[in-house]
Amino acid sequence: MSALAQVGYVARRSVLRTARQPANIIFPFVFPTALLAVTSAGLSPATKIPGFPSDSFLAFFLAFPFIQGALFATMNAGTDLARDIQSGFLNRLALTPLRGGALIVGQLGGIAVLAFIQNCYYLAVGLIVGVRLESGIVGGIVLIILATGVAIAFGALGAFFALRTGSGEAVQGLFPLLFVGLFLSSMNLPRNLIEADWFRTVATFNPISYLIEGLRSLIITGWDWEALGLAFGFAGLLAAAAMVLANWALQLRLTRT
Amino acid sequence: MAQAHGIEAEGLVRTFKGGIRAVDGIDLRVEPGEIYGFLGPNGAGKSTTVHMLTTLLPPTSGTARVAGFDIVKEGPKVRTAIGAALQEAALDSLLTGREHLNLQCALHGIPRSERRARSQELLERVGLTLAADRKVGGYSGGMKRRLDLALALAHRPTILFLDEPTTGLDVQSRSALWGEVARLAREDGVTVFLTTQYLEEADALADRVGIIDHGHIVAEGTPAQLKAQIGRPTVEATPADGATPEAIARILERFGEPTGGSAKGVAVRLEHGVSDLAGIVRALDSEGIKLENLALHAPSLDDVFLAKTGRSLEGAEEEEAEVEA
Repeated sequence: MSALAQVGYVARRSVLRTARQPANIIFPFVFPTALLAVTSAGLSPATKIPGFPSDSFLAFFLAFPFIQGALFATMNAGTDLARDIQSGFLNRLALTPLRGGALIVGQLGGIAVLAFIQNCYYLAVGLIVGVRLESGIVGGIVLIILATGVAIAFGALGAFFALRTGSGEAVQGLFPLLFVGLFLSSMNLPRNLIEADWFRTVATFNPISYLIEGLRSLIITGWDWEALGLAFGFAGLLAAAAMVLANWALQLRLTRT
Repeated sequence: MAQAHGIEAEGLVRTFKGGIRAVDGIDLRVEPGEIYGFLGPNGAGKSTTVHMLTTLLPPTSGTARVAGFDIVKEGPKVRTAIGAALQEAALDSLLTGREHLNLQCALHGIPRSERRARSQELLERVGLTLAADRKVGGYSGGMKRRLDLALALAHRPTILFLDEPTTGLDVQSRSALWGEVARLAREDGVTVFLTTQYLEEADALADRVGIIDHGHIVAEGTPAQLKAQIGRPTVEATPADGATPEAIARILERFGEPTGGSAKGVAVRLEHGVSDLAGIVRALDSEGIKLENLALHAPSLDDVFLAKTGRSLEGAEEEEAEVEA
């Protein structure tokens, strides 16, 4: 049986599992859009700061839900795998001819499907409330591809943590940490407008800033190849590193001969 | 499903962190089509042995061949030949029974055209047709165990590993599972390696039994052979009001050596077997001793365990629990 077919079977199960856990669906849809509404209402005067790149804070902030949605992917992918480890289901899978890599990719396949739907929803919400995509329809497609890629990268990170710790609680503990990482980025302001030096430095070294800026560029700038290159580059690097780590952790976890 | 190879292990050892030797040099041989009962208390090394034989855990030393394949060098071939239902019924509470079977069949490479029929056949076999499309989260313990067994059989394995398959089940579910396991071996020729901590399970199901304690096999043979090693039956007399245990003991000792009985009773292992019973009754009657109860005990596997380890299986359970705590 081909690895691709195995990925398909595992991904189908992952999608079914996600669809049958309302909390896994509701939170990624509700929270990011609620925060989008609250934050853009509260921080809209920021657009009057000289040099602010957009006259709509809503448009500026629309990149946020895509990243927060990706963080939910971390948690979902991780807790699902941790549950499989704790229940012994991973051992059941290990007794089949399933390849280790197919297990991880399949698990992420389910996450990718959910992330894709989430991202279409966030974009639709933005367009409904009046945000205009400077990069046009093609930019919208690229935006969804990039955001889904980011979700896969974060999902792989969640899978790595689950495989290393074998604990759903440990994976959930990672979520606040990543959320802090999100706040210490250029989420609320462009980096050049952050006045506190330490914050600007942290945001500059924080890869999440580049993911957000890439997504944001498609919404408020148009085609900014540098921002897009950095965003795709960091997403790809993060995904590759997390996949390698997850695969390594799986080898340690699965001691089958 | 007849097969040429069963299970062979030589000097199988598994050491964990801290130097704990969970399995300490096991040699065993299970013939094709045989039901082999692996009996022992919690923590004796049963599950670790199963994990090694099913290729989920590499041995620290020693060798084993399952279905003719080396468990270390030919893991994937071993996995193709075996089915396993491990200690906890490892199921996904969000999937239905049928979805579990479809996934299992798919991952084992059963063609799409056969999957549905195979799943249905297995659901019927384990009596889960009506619950097939319900999520497993709502299944009872017995239903989960039956589904677990069906999943282990999905790819028609020639060797089946069942790790404490009836632990926690009610009598009815246990009996149904015993029936199915026996049928698999007798009718389909499947070799069954069954771990259990229930004496009656090993006694009722197994063609041969291996008793494991502290990682060692301390006795092996058919249940009848093992009991015969202990030899003669015991008789236990419980005095009625007014009779003294000492008086009873004096009479019983003429028929055999004293052995452990209940708190109220006096027990001896009969020197000449069951034929001594009539003499005991006559002797007690002639002395005018009244009894509340007189019981003849055939040797049990617990007696074997006691003879081989110095502890009863129940006592060993408690001891292991204390060690784990």
